[in-house]
Amino acid sequence: MDDSGDFTGPARAHAAILLLSVLVVATCGLIYELLAGTLASYLLGDSVTQFSTVIGSYLFAMGVGSFLSRYVRRDEIGVFIRVEIMIAAIGGWSAAGLFLAFPLSADFRVLLYAIVLVIGALVGLEIPLLIRILRSRFAFRDLVSNVLTYDYVGALIASLAFPLLLVPQLGMIRTGLVFGLANVAVAVALLFVLRGTRRVGVDMSAALMVAISLIAGLFMAERIQRFSEIAYYGEGVIHARSTPYQRIVLTRRGEDLRLYLNGNLQFSSRDEYRYHEALVWPVLGRVANPARVLILGGGDGLAAREVLRDGRVRSIHLVDLDPEMTRMFRETPQLAALNRGSLLNPRLSVENADAFRWVRAARGTYDAILIDFPDPTEYSLGKLYTVSFYAQVARLLAPDGVMVVQSTSPLVAPRSFWTVAQTLEAAGLQTRGYHTYVPSFGEWGFTLAARTPPTGPAHLPAGLRYLNAVSEPLMFDFPPDMARRPTPVNRLDNQALVRSFAEEWSHYEG
Amino acid sequence: MRAEVRRRDLLAGAMVCGALGACGALSGCGSVQARPFPGALLGPDMARGHAIRDGRLPGPTGPKECIPLVIAGGGVAGLAAGWRLAEAGFNDFALFELEDVAGGNARSGANSVTAFPWGAHYLPIPNREARALIHMLRQFGMVTGADAHGAPVYDPFQLCADLEERLLWRGKWQEGLVPSTGLSAQDAAQWHRFDAAMEQFRKAIGRDGRPAFASPSALSSRDEAYAALELISFAAWLAREGYTAAPLLAHLRYCTRDDYGSEPAAISAWAGIHYFAGRRGWAAEGAGESELTWPEGNARLARLMAGRIGARLRPRHSVTHVARDGEDVLVDVFDHRAGAGRRIRAQAVVLAMPDFVARHVAPEFTGASRFSYAPWVVANVAVSRMPWGPGVPLAWDNVSSTSASLGYVVANHQTSSASDGPGVLTWYQALSEGDPVAARKSLLARGLGEWQALIAADLLAMNPELDGRIERIDVWRWGHAMVRPTVGFRSDPARAAAQAMAGPVFRAHSDLSGLSLFEEAHYHGVLAAERALAHLGRGVESLL
Repeated sequence: MDDSGDFTGPARAHAAILLLSVLVVATCGLIYELLAGTLASYLLGDSVTQFSTVIGSYLFAMGVGSFLSRYVRRDEIGVFIRVEIMIAAIGGWSAAGLFLAFPLSADFRVLLYAIVLVIGALVGLEIPLLIRILRSRFAFRDLVSNVLTYDYVGALIASLAFPLLLVPQLGMIRTGLVFGLANVAVAVALLFVLRGTRRVGVDMSAALMVAISLIAGLFMAERIQRFSEIAYYGEGVIHARSTPYQRIVLTRRGEDLRLYLNGNLQFSSRDEYRYHEALVWPVLGRVANPARVLILGGGDGLAAREVLRDGRVRSIHLVDLDPEMTRMFRETPQLAALNRGSLLNPRLSVENADAFRWVRAARGTYDAILIDFPDPTEYSLGKLYTVSFYAQVARLLAPDGVMVVQSTSPLVAPRSFWTVAQTLEAAGLQTRGYHTYVPSFGEWGFTLAARTPPTGPAHLPAGLRYLNAVSEPLMFDFPPDMARRPTPVNRLDNQALVRSFAEEWSHYEG
Repeated sequence: MRAEVRRRDLLAGAMVCGALGACGALSGCGSVQARPFPGALLGPDMARGHAIRDGRLPGPTGPKECIPLVIAGGGVAGLAAGWRLAEAGFNDFALFELEDVAGGNARSGANSVTAFPWGAHYLPIPNREARALIHMLRQFGMVTGADAHGAPVYDPFQLCADLEERLLWRGKWQEGLVPSTGLSAQDAAQWHRFDAAMEQFRKAIGRDGRPAFASPSALSSRDEAYAALELISFAAWLAREGYTAAPLLAHLRYCTRDDYGSEPAAISAWAGIHYFAGRRGWAAEGAGESELTWPEGNARLARLMAGRIGARLRPRHSVTHVARDGEDVLVDVFDHRAGAGRRIRAQAVVLAMPDFVARHVAPEFTGASRFSYAPWVVANVAVSRMPWGPGVPLAWDNVSSTSASLGYVVANHQTSSASDGPGVLTWYQALSEGDPVAARKSLLARGLGEWQALIAADLLAMNPELDGRIERIDVWRWGHAMVRPTVGFRSDPARAAAQAMAGPVFRAHSDLSGLSLFEEAHYHGVLAAERALAHLGRGVESLL
């Protein structure tokens, strides 16, 4: 443990830079810790557990780093500079890397704690090394006082700036990158003052490369953010996948599983039973013998789960566009648990096809037809709500069959809601609208349609969580703010529904 | 057989040329980055076509065959003639088509996602006067009934679905092809004046009681007040009428290039006005402004007409010579599959070829003519995801106000309800600038790679999000895509003579109208078939 002469130059400047670097590295160290903790609770939920385990592992890793510092026997300042460069690269990119890796990695926790431990160990090396480098410039009493003072001041700066300034202004990805630049700046400053006394070329090139990558990262942060999309959901994303047709994202917060297609909520596991019971039972309860059932859309298998509870149903044919969707809900244990394995049931057959084309080619009839498409947010989807489409569906409906159409919110978009009924009527069917409250969606509407008015009571099975003989008829009552109003017929060549839907929902969100 | 091999060699050669072109562009100036897209360079069979022009096909051998009525050419006019004969219950005819597949400009291709057009891709709802066409559409199930006033009800699945058109204008996609924002008060006023003038022409009836602008155009008034519009160019007429607003003129240029493959200065004012004033679509449920379209474009109509003709349609047969022999006509035909020619004695011939072919095949029946043709490029671009962009979502027809191309049509627009996923974009470009002969040379001089680079650059300028999503670009070069309705074309005596022929050879082609439109070709095909039947003493009541 000799003082290898590194500290022989203009020593005063060195000491000042080194003390300043204590402040910087202390701030950076705490920032990385806060980033990891915040990200973990953001992505995995349960913030108490995440923060506690991340901070614990980080402090432990710092201890490991301090312990390891004893094995640094020579060239402390050289090692310190390299440690700074490494922290800059790993810490600086940690937030961006975790965001990007999250949807891709099978076990995100392994990666998270690996990064926490590596950064923690490197940060743990910093202070012991700095104390040793500075020991000849200060009395031991002053040295400990100075270093620890700067260390704790840095911690205060970080803990105040992080929630008040950095996350709101820069976002997590940029915050990481900016503090990576601070680490690399310390390395570059030291290399600069040491340039006369030692060879700095290799270290300087490495430092500059890291700096350039961090600066480039700052410019790309928006794109990284968009790419990772996690910030968008604000819930733990447990599965994300792009298919040719859509972006499927599954999130979890506590026990609540949510499915988003292209950013639009499809269900929340907390209240989806309300939606799916309301979708399925008013139809099945009004068909004398629903032996053959057709489901259009509904690749999550949740509507099928309800239908399968009915022993009278002999076969279900489910037509959904996206093979990846039905595969996910068939094979992922968490999801198959939610639909109780409905997509594996031998009574059910799945066909992956564009329903718009499928209905025109389909033959045969069905006693009950459930139409559960995404909302008509685009012209392409709007085709699935047109009179031409319903005329084809009506062709597939048995003479005494009943069908139902998910028809958006009659409260937010009453014109759109009643356009569906108007359009079904133009296709020669009798309709009856109804609605229910689904907390994650709000007030939601459906339309029954059949050749004869689908009135009369529904025969409901026992054991439903939401519907019974008292609550079911209440759904058909519309207070004035949702009452029927005149609407156009939605046709392929006017797409009246897509236009009214966009307008009504824009008022709601705006 | 030999001919087949030759054709394949030619195609392979074309592909090699394309690949070389791509390499050249890569190693060249670097301003156009050629990407190695898979794809093929396609087009009408020039080897067969030029063999006729150069008289290189062997003469007829074997005994003469007698076929009372021969249709030479299986484009839309020839197919319409065949359809009309089948409709009349007349079976003693044969239709010879040089290509492997009939259809002319209305041909199509397909990939695993969708069919797509190689040329004409829609039919505007026909006018009330297009009786034969409406009759045919009813037969094909496209007209499904009539409303209380007798107006045809069209099958909604075959009417173009909303959203029909969008325009990339000042960085944003907006609905329709007419800019709705950022026009100065003066521009907007001129636009209104133009619209009002076109509305006048649309309603105008000539002194002979006919509509000033009819579709089919042959039914238009001969009134001199309107015929005079034939004698000045559309550009000159616009200038004379004081239309100077740049956005208006740019839109009108788009229109004339889209329908006629020509610049406003190259076509007559009559043709330019016909674009706006000739359409009075007759349909129930307010569908009159719409059009019929299919993934494969007008190949749907061609295939259905061919279905009525059945085995009498003989593809891979070049009609090499048509000459009068006494009362009869001798028709020399070369069978490319058998590699042999034969001679047919016919009592009547429907010459359903474009004039640039007919003048080599049947010089006796074609005069000195002023027919000129616009070259086009059509590309089918397979994409893994559909484009979108700021503003209104993807439409059927997507046009950019800043592009030299005519934009792209989504081939799977009619059949898909997926908001994303794979699809095919059919990209159109009329080489309308300058002399058509020179434009044709430059069309053929460019190889596959060069066209692909140009097309990809144009698409990416419109829809940058397509970057990395273009999977394949096939390019079809049409050397003679469209006849040009030049100044004085309709009043040209040669054209009038071609149309007024008394037999035994009857010409049928949209060339005779100067408007390369389905309605025109169909009209001339039906007319020639009916005249040929009358010539054979089998006169029928006209459908026209």
